[in-house]
Amino acid sequence: MAIDDRTEVARQVAAMRATSLPVLTGRRGLLAGAGAAAAAGALLHPKLALAKGSENLPPNVPDWTRSLGAGVSDKPYGVPSPFEKNVVRRNVEWLTATEQSSVNFTPLPELDGIITPSGLCFERHHAGVPEIDPAQHRLVIHGMVARPLIFTMDDLVRFPSTSRILFLECPANGGMEWKGAQMDGCQFTHGMVHCCEWTGVTLSTLLAEAGVLPEAKWMLAEGADGAAMTRSIPLAKALDDCIVCYAQNGERIRPEQGYPVRLMVPGWEGNVNVKWLRRLKLGDRPWHHREETSKYTDLMPDGKARQFTFTMDANSVVTAPCPEKPLKFGKGFYEIRGLAWSGHGRIKRVDVSVDGGNNWQTAVLQEPVLSKALTRFRLPWTWDGAPALVQSRAIDETGYVQPTIEQLRAARGVNSIYHKNAQQTWRVNPDGTVNNVQIL
Amino acid sequence: MSRSCSRWGHIHLTLRSGPPGRVSKGGRSHPVCSPSFETAAARPPQDEVGTWVIRLAGAVLISACVAIQATAHAQSPVPYGIGRPATAEQIKGWDIDVRGDDGRGLPPGKGTVKQGEELYLSQCASCHGEFGEGNGRWPELMGGKGTLTSDDPRKTVGSYWPYAPTLFDYIRRTMPFTAPQSLSDDEVYAITAYILHLNDLLPADATLDAAALVAVRLPNRDGFIEGDPRPDTASPPVPCMTNCRTTPPKVTSDLAERLGVTPSRKPKD
Repeated sequence: MAIDDRTEVARQVAAMRATSLPVLTGRRGLLAGAGAAAAAGALLHPKLALAKGSENLPPNVPDWTRSLGAGVSDKPYGVPSPFEKNVVRRNVEWLTATEQSSVNFTPLPELDGIITPSGLCFERHHAGVPEIDPAQHRLVIHGMVARPLIFTMDDLVRFPSTSRILFLECPANGGMEWKGAQMDGCQFTHGMVHCCEWTGVTLSTLLAEAGVLPEAKWMLAEGADGAAMTRSIPLAKALDDCIVCYAQNGERIRPEQGYPVRLMVPGWEGNVNVKWLRRLKLGDRPWHHREETSKYTDLMPDGKARQFTFTMDANSVVTAPCPEKPLKFGKGFYEIRGLAWSGHGRIKRVDVSVDGGNNWQTAVLQEPVLSKALTRFRLPWTWDGAPALVQSRAIDETGYVQPTIEQLRAARGVNSIYHKNAQQTWRVNPDGTVNNVQIL
Repeated sequence: MSRSCSRWGHIHLTLRSGPPGRVSKGGRSHPVCSPSFETAAARPPQDEVGTWVIRLAGAVLISACVAIQATAHAQSPVPYGIGRPATAEQIKGWDIDVRGDDGRGLPPGKGTVKQGEELYLSQCASCHGEFGEGNGRWPELMGGKGTLTSDDPRKTVGSYWPYAPTLFDYIRRTMPFTAPQSLSDDEVYAITAYILHLNDLLPADATLDAAALVAVRLPNRDGFIEGDPRPDTASPPVPCMTNCRTTPPKVTSDLAERLGVTPSRKPKD
C-alpha cells in the first residue's frame, strides 16, 4: 500500500467496523441451494446478466457471422474486446488523499498464465505519471565512479540487451489485512503485484562503464518524476541481477511503469524498482531518505522498525475461487487456480487446502517455473457443495514455507504494514459465493 | 560484473557505420554533425583513478557525415565506450540528494523558523494543516510521540523519522506537492526549521543552516534496526500434509464481505 496516511485508514476502518457491526447479524443462509447459487453468480457478474439474449445462439446464425467486420488498422493499437471492460485496474478511493500519490490493483482473478498485460499492471505513483520526452531524458551515473557518465535513451538501447520475466510486488501488498480480513476481493488483497518480460541493459554493464570505485558500497537510484523518488540499494545487489529497462512485454515501457526507463531489482520490494530513472549515484553508505525511513520500514510491536527489508518472501494466492470468482455452477468440478512467487528464487511447490489447512494437496505447477517470476498453479477439485476454506501455501527453492497470518502476527505484530505474505483463506459458502476471512 | 566484452575496448581502428551523425568505435563515440547531443566537441575524458584515456579524434566529413576516430587506450577499462562524460555542470543541476545521517549534500543557505512559518502557511498548510496536524488523509507532520507501540502508531518527523537532514532532502526534491523543486534552498531551510519547531525540536527564534540541521537529533534516531532478520517464521522441512490441525479451523475475522469498503463489490446486508 505504501499509503501516505495509513493511520487515518486504520482509524477509518475501525470506525467502519464499529458502525457496521450491529447491522451484520444473521442474514446468511437465505441464498442456499443450487438455483440461488446461479442467481448469486449473476448478481456478482453483471456481464452474465447482460448476456441474456439468445438471438445469436444455435441454431441461429450469429450477427457477426453474417456481416463484415472491421478492417486491419481499424485500431492501429489493439485494445481488448468491449466485453472485457470489467477487466481493469481499480483503486480504493478511501485509501489515499489523492490519486497522484496512490496505488491501484492488478485484476488478478481475471488473468491467466503468468504474464500481466502491461495495461493491467498495478500502479503506484508518488507524484503522478510524468510525461517524459525520451529525446530529452538522460540517465546520469556519478558519485564514487571513475567516469561520471550521461546516457541518452539511444545509448542505453545500444548496449547488449537482456530480457527476463520478473514479478514486481509492492511490499504493502496485503497490508490492509494485518489486523483482519478487510478487502473482499482478490484484486485488493493481492493485486499489488504484476509479472512482465522486462528488457534492458544489465546495471552491472552500466556500472562497469562508469568504473565503480572500491569504496562504493551503496547506490542511490532517483526518478525523474515530481517525487524525484529515491532509494538506496546495496552495491552487491546492483551488481548482481538488476536491469535498467526500456521495454516491457516487448514494447517500450508504459508511462505509468516508468517510461522511458526504469530500474528492475529482481525479487525486491517494488519501491526500489525506481521508475523514470534519471540518476544513479554511488556512495559508501545508504542515504536514509524518506522512502527508506518514514516509509517502507516495518514497525514491530516493541516500537523499533526494521529498515532495508528488501526481499519479497514467498507468497501465493488462489485466484479461483475467490470473492470475484464464485463457484457459480453448484456442486461439481472446478479447477483451483492461483499464483505463487518468491523474491528468493523459484517456487518449488504449492500446496492447496480446502479445509482450512487440515489437509493439503500439492498443486501442479504450470511451466515455465521461473526464478523471481509469478508461477501459475492449479489443482482439480470436485466441490461437494459444503462450506470450504480454501488456502494455498507456497514453498520456494530455499525451503521457505509461506507462513500463516498467526505466525506472522506472532513474529511482527500488526503494525508493520509491509511484507504481509500470509496464507490467504477464502471461505466458500454453500451458495457458491466466496469471501475473504481469516482463521485460527 | 560481466567483463566478457571488455576486449571491445581494444578494437581501435575498426570503422563501422553508426547512427546518423555518429561513428561507433571502440572508444566513446562523438557526434560529428548532430546538434542534438549535449556536446559537439570531442574531448579526452579523464579517468579519475589515474588512468588517462588518450583519444586522438580526427573527424573527416564526407557526404554522409562520417568521422574517423583513432583511439589509443592505455589499459582502458571502458568496456563499450557508450555514453558521454557527465560534466560537472550537468551533474550540478540534478545532484540534489542529502544524506540523512550526516547531512552530506546540504547546500549553503539558511532560514528561520519565523520565515518558515509564513512559507508553511502559504505552501504547506492546505494539506498538512496549520500546525502540521494533517488535513483529512494528508500526512501529519507533528506529534505522535509515544504511539509507536500503540494500536494506532502515528509516524511523524517528531515520532518516527530518524534523521533531520532527510526532511530537507524530501522537501527540496518533491514539495510542494503540486510544484516540486520550486523552492529555493533558503526556503527549504526555513520550512524545515518550522516543521522541526512544530515538533519542539527548534526554538521559535532559531535559524537553520546546514550545520544546525545536522546538529538536530530526532527523538527516534535509534528506532531502526538495519539488516533484515527474516525469515522470522518457522519453515518445517517437511510441511504437514494430512490431519495437520489439532482443532477445527475457527474463523477469526469475517467482516470483509460486510464492511463495504471493497470497490466494485456491494456489501451484503
